[in-house]
Amino acid sequence: MPSSRAEVLQGTLDLLVLKTLDSMGPMHGFGIAARIQQVSEDLLRLNQGTLYPALLRLEQRGWIASRWGVSKNNRRAKYYSLTRTGRRQLEEEAESWDRMSAVINRVLGTS
Amino acid sequence: MRESCCVFIHRLVGLFRRRHLEDDLDAELRSHLEMAREANLRRGMAAEDARREALRAFGGVEQVKETCRDQRRLPPIDTVLQDLRFGFRILRRSPGFSLLAVLCLTLGIGSTAAVSSWIEGILLRPFPAVAHQDRLMAVAGTNRAEPGFSDVSWPDFADLQKGCRLFDSFIVDRITGTTLSTGERAERAAGSIVSANYFEALGVHPILGRGFEPAEDLGRNAHPVTVISYQMWKERFHSDPGIVGRTQMLNGMPHTIIGVAPPGFYGTFVGWAMQFWVPASMQETFDPTGYKLEDRGARWIEGFARLKAGVTPEQAQAEISAAAKRLEADYPATNRGRGIKLFPLWQAPFNNAGTLLPTLRIALLVVVFVLLIVCANVSNLLLVRALGRRHEMTVRLAVGAGRGRLLRQLLTEGLILSAMAAAGGLVVAYWCRDLLVLLLPMRGGLTMHLPGEIDWRVLAASTGACLISTLLFGLVPAIQTSKIDLASALKAESRGVVGGGRRALVRSSLVLLQVSLSFVLLVGAGLLLQSLRGVQNTSPGFSTPGLLTSSVDLVAAGYDEQRARNLQDELVDRLQALGGVESVAFARIMPFSYRSYSSAPIAVDGYEPPPDEQPSVDYDEVGPAYLATMGIPLVSGREFTRADDAAAPLVAVVNEAMAAQYWRGKDPLGSRLQAKGRRMQVVGVAKASKYRNLTEPPKPFFYVPMRQSAAGQGLAIRASQGPEAMAKALVRELHALDANLAPGELITMQEQVDRTTAVQRVAVKMLGLFGGLALLLAAIGLYGVMSYAVSQSTRELGLRMALGAGASDLLRLVMSHGLALTAGGVVVGGAAALGLTRLIGDLLYKVSPRDPLAFGTALVAMTIAAAAACLLPAWRATRTDPVRALRD
Repeated sequence: MPSSRAEVLQGTLDLLVLKTLDSMGPMHGFGIAARIQQVSEDLLRLNQGTLYPALLRLEQRGWIASRWGVSKNNRRAKYYSLTRTGRRQLEEEAESWDRMSAVINRVLGTS
Repeated sequence: MRESCCVFIHRLVGLFRRRHLEDDLDAELRSHLEMAREANLRRGMAAEDARREALRAFGGVEQVKETCRDQRRLPPIDTVLQDLRFGFRILRRSPGFSLLAVLCLTLGIGSTAAVSSWIEGILLRPFPAVAHQDRLMAVAGTNRAEPGFSDVSWPDFADLQKGCRLFDSFIVDRITGTTLSTGERAERAAGSIVSANYFEALGVHPILGRGFEPAEDLGRNAHPVTVISYQMWKERFHSDPGIVGRTQMLNGMPHTIIGVAPPGFYGTFVGWAMQFWVPASMQETFDPTGYKLEDRGARWIEGFARLKAGVTPEQAQAEISAAAKRLEADYPATNRGRGIKLFPLWQAPFNNAGTLLPTLRIALLVVVFVLLIVCANVSNLLLVRALGRRHEMTVRLAVGAGRGRLLRQLLTEGLILSAMAAAGGLVVAYWCRDLLVLLLPMRGGLTMHLPGEIDWRVLAASTGACLISTLLFGLVPAIQTSKIDLASALKAESRGVVGGGRRALVRSSLVLLQVSLSFVLLVGAGLLLQSLRGVQNTSPGFSTPGLLTSSVDLVAAGYDEQRARNLQDELVDRLQALGGVESVAFARIMPFSYRSYSSAPIAVDGYEPPPDEQPSVDYDEVGPAYLATMGIPLVSGREFTRADDAAAPLVAVVNEAMAAQYWRGKDPLGSRLQAKGRRMQVVGVAKASKYRNLTEPPKPFFYVPMRQSAAGQGLAIRASQGPEAMAKALVRELHALDANLAPGELITMQEQVDRTTAVQRVAVKMLGLFGGLALLLAAIGLYGVMSYAVSQSTRELGLRMALGAGASDLLRLVMSHGLALTAGGVVVGGAAALGLTRLIGDLLYKVSPRDPLAFGTALVAMTIAAAAACLLPAWRATRTDPVRALRD
């Protein structure tokens, strides 16, 4: 069922982005992509492009905000940062993720 | 919830900065790819590899952009905007069609808006400046002995106020007038005698000075104070800020101006702009028939009552009826058989609201009809166009457009048309809002105020008309289009047969609808026209040729009774001495003027009234030779002379109807008539005439000599001169007697009579105009259907010709089809008319709502119009070239 998998993936990507911004502070799109790949030790290979619709979605929901800035290498880039609602959302989602993975682990463990 | 709001706002804002956001995304992605490339370079890749690897890791750039674009989109609004843009483009492409459709719809929606603004201004919110009009009701008296409604007396009104708990306030109002002289022409100014609580109870606050105080109700002629209108303050006193405290002569008595009413307040009499208000204690000054504040039998108040919040009209009516019952028991001499009835403002029996009600009802019905006809017509236009666009629609369906989307597209086009028309319609309504004055009889020199109000209710009505008509005219073609059968439509178009096919059926029924609706309007116009002719052919009972009427208001000029009498005699003598003047007479009230006659309870020797009835009869105070001047024939006895003065025995002249009702065939001459406690001897019997309007039934009436009663201002002149010459002569003679006097408007009696039929005449004009318009639209619709049918069936016509049909056969074929449609419409319309003409029953005079002549005329008009509409298509059918038609 490819559609349900896509949905899970989408949700997780949002969570990953929020978490990254939470721990790293304001970052540009490339930075976020690089950071996710680095932390996941390249186990998670994502198409970097799919990040942008996710960023737009999060911004539309008011969880992150964007601002143009200048990168270390003196390049113009759009920086994203977590908003207050975004932080609250991250807590909620992380919690529900924990709960969900615990449940799934338990189910997998028992059967 | 908050989140989806957030998303919506984001997307909404995004709609307006689409280009900006697009560039933004471009720049962002470019910067991402650059950074990725640089990172790859730093990792030691070759330049070309670094670029390729960056792109690979990113995925499809265009795909990402498209996803973002989709995500920014606001789905419904986006397609709506797209539809709108497309709709405008399509409509611009056929400007002739668009213009015609918009014009038709403007007519329909505009007339709906205009009439709803009239209804709003006259019936729903007649007094815009008054607070809480919804709780205000009109108070009128009833009498078991006669139908109709009477005014209420001051003592009764005061007792009702005391005896009722469900009311906030009772407001006394009585229209009156005075003459303000300006140069050669006396100018009438309308005013009101009101209770002291008037302004406070209505919630109207004078902009200067104050309203009346409770004490100003009391004491006979004790409080000569007045509140003047904003208009009078501006025009007569040039907005003098120090006006309060100054005096103004009103009816011969100096009145202190104590306040100025706010702009936009015209008093509480529909159709009139009041110029001044005086407290009830001044009633006698403005009413020559005497002091009435202590007379329970004198009914003169046209009052209002304000219900307490939350009280229903039924509860209020129950309470006030009970109070009236107590009055009836306590004062049988004056109140026997009398009750009180409350009316919503728009049904008030005493001001123009009630008069206008039938006309406005017809107007509303007519505009709804016109709107329907217009919708049918535009619907037909759209259908024709839909046929022309069939290929386009088919292609759009074939390349995958959803049928729903096509439907929406067509409805959007319809909405654009009707929205444009609605905007135009409001402009029309704005122009027409003052036309309502035309519906009321003119009154010389008086300022009328009959505004249409354009407010949210009118806007809502127009929007409703716009939406409904869009649905009506847009849906049929839209559904027809959405039913396109791809397979057959993509094949060559099949040729139709005259009148065959489903689409033709829809169009034919639309034409049928138009024909039947216009038929109803034509019948209505015919009925009203005949009724008007009937009214105008009715004899008023006096002879109008050579009869002129005017007025000289001596009370307003400060004359006392004796001086007034002398001046009137001298004026009559001087006028009669002029060449061409046959006879001149004064009367308190001239027939067919708006001013109302006095009414008196009467007693006749030998007449025993039914137990719970108190007969009362209208009368007029007239001068010597009045009947002769008017041309009202005497049946027997004599009329008044100068000898019938205060010193002589009291006399009266009764009319035939009164003689028949109260003397029952006996000769009344010499017997006694008692009215208002005065015993008079009947010295003459006059032929019955009309007193207020031409349609009233013959009714009892009597005359008393002006010299034995109050003086009046009405002047009748029988002369060979025209009104202009006579007006000059009158001014000249009057100035010779007193340079400060000026006569009122001088018109022919015929004009005075005609003014009372203004409502009927306007109704005829309105129905005639719209009926003709409807006929035209129906003919256009019929023409369209027939032309299209003929153009679509050249093959069939050619075949018929080839098989030997002559031109006359084809002519007959097409004509009979068109006339069959018309006949169907006439049958449906006739049936509808039989049911609907009842609604104008109260405007009809001596004409049955099923009058065969009106139906016949409408039938003839319809048939001629239909034949004319079919003739051209039929002629075109006979010109079919069989060879070409069959070859194509």
